[in-house]
Amino acid sequence: MLISNLELIPGRKVIEHLGLVQGSSVRAKHVGRDIMAGLKNIFGGELKGYTELLQESREEAMQRLQRQAEAVGANAILNVRFSTSSVAQGAAEIYVYGTAVVLD
Amino acid sequence: MYNLILFLVLLTLGYAVGQYAERRHYRSILEREEKYSGLPAIASKYPPQQPHYGQALVTGSTVVSVDYFKRFLAALRNLFGGRVTAYESLLDRARRESLLRMKQQAAALGADMVFNVKYETASISKGNGNTIGSIEVLAYGTALIAPPAR
Repeated sequence: MLISNLELIPGRKVIEHLGLVQGSSVRAKHVGRDIMAGLKNIFGGELKGYTELLQESREEAMQRLQRQAEAVGANAILNVRFSTSSVAQGAAEIYVYGTAVVLD
Repeated sequence: MYNLILFLVLLTLGYAVGQYAERRHYRSILEREEKYSGLPAIASKYPPQQPHYGQALVTGSTVVSVDYFKRFLAALRNLFGGRVTAYESLLDRARRESLLRMKQQAAALGADMVFNVKYETASISKGNGNTIGSIEVLAYGTALIAPPAR
């Protein structure tokens, strides 16, 4: 499965557009990470726990995106976009969407 | 009285550790920016037609938080208005770090350049008082990988 955030692939043609596919994932962090983050709020700096957490949930969202694209019979997803929103304190939603297409 | 002492201790602690960490981070950013200067990140949507590059989505993300001292400065700024340099440097660090992580991933794939780079910024701990607290910056783009020479 080719996943790209460009709109065209040089040298390859889009045969069929299959519409929008998406994947999302909402995750909350556990208490241990929260305490560490509380300390970091005093000292500043990177919150590694959160970076990892968001990365994991982004991977999960990507997998869902890919599964959906496979289900509609696409072999590539073009023009992929990410979006993050904090739903509540301590939870973030990662949303990935793109256009499923069939390339020759 | 006790509260005042705690506040002052947090303030000095935040200032000392925060300044040190920021300076160290900037040094590391500059170093790696130099290292990856041969791998440009381009904001164009249209990749070169020749040769037929392979493509892969690459991402890099960072979550950073301001220290206690800077948060205090920013709160003061809210009274008088004007530039909030404390948050400017926070966002700058997060953006550059994310871009570098993206480039690192691209370099691991053997890419020549990264096209259509986009940034996405989100504030993570919203609702915690009315401070920004910590932010996440995601940088993503399409790595163009040169085809093997035929």
